[in-house]
Amino acid sequence: MPDAQDTPPSKAELDARFTELYRRHLRDVYSYSYYRVGNHYDAEDLTEQTFLQAYRHFERALRESDGRPLRPWLIRIAHNLAANFYRDRARKPESSIEDAGMISAPHTTEALVEGREELKTILEGVAKLPDDRREALIMRFALGMDNREIARALDRTDGATKVLLHRAIRQLEGIVAEQSAPAAVPATPPVPSSHREAG
Amino acid sequence: MSAGAPDFEALLREALSPIDPPADLAARMESALVNLTELAQEELESWELSTMRDPRNWVRPAAAAMIGAGAGTALVVLRVRGRHRARKQQSSSLRELAGRTISDIAEEARRVMPDR
Repeated sequence: MPDAQDTPPSKAELDARFTELYRRHLRDVYSYSYYRVGNHYDAEDLTEQTFLQAYRHFERALRESDGRPLRPWLIRIAHNLAANFYRDRARKPESSIEDAGMISAPHTTEALVEGREELKTILEGVAKLPDDRREALIMRFALGMDNREIARALDRTDGATKVLLHRAIRQLEGIVAEQSAPAAVPATPPVPSSHREAG
Repeated sequence: MSAGAPDFEALLREALSPIDPPADLAARMESALVNLTELAQEELESWELSTMRDPRNWVRPAAAAMIGAGAGTALVVLRVRGRHRARKQQSSSLRELAGRTISDIAEEARRVMPDR
């Protein structure tokens, strides 16, 4: 199909394709944004800004995508905007970096897991991971992206992405095991009985 | 360790389940993108003056005039409308509100269509 490559798409065609892209990936972009910023208000803003940016560069992205899916490109835009979001927040004196941290708003993420302790522990563990590992997990598990898509979104090789995911899961398992450990062995520590309160 | 991995991944998948966007965001963006791409130009031509008395109705035709019909119009409208309440609070008069609205449109139009 050399014609498709040579003839630039019309404005109407671009708009139609952009609308299709938006419909297909609104939920992906929103999910990613939500897990990055931890609340609906900022996630909405991040989602809108992502699609604005995407619209600005859509024609070039189509040209350069060579027929590959555009989801990694969209998520990369959201990723960059989220990074700016944290930089801006960090500059404001009234909100510390911890306040703006990913998945750091327990009142919002708790609602997601609805009291299921093991899921809550996992989300807390995810929040403790280094940025790249946390992002890779969000892309894999919340968005269902495969290694190749994640690699494109994070600008890494497929191999490096596979290793990144593997290490992220292993580290998270370790964090979750650590968090769960004290609750699992409450009776065994050699604490003098006189120091312990009933119950 | 590895024996527990599939279970752990299942839990992880459950913990990080996809989040549906709030209905109003989805509806707002959807209707704007689907309808305004086709309607913006027509609206510009057939906009009734009486509608223009209400500053809330200025956003769409003004954005369309600045950047032309298309999804870009829709996105500008979304962005500008999203801040309507804030502008209203900041403005002491209709005239001031109109000024703020127009400068907001110009700014968003530049962001969406930087080459124009």
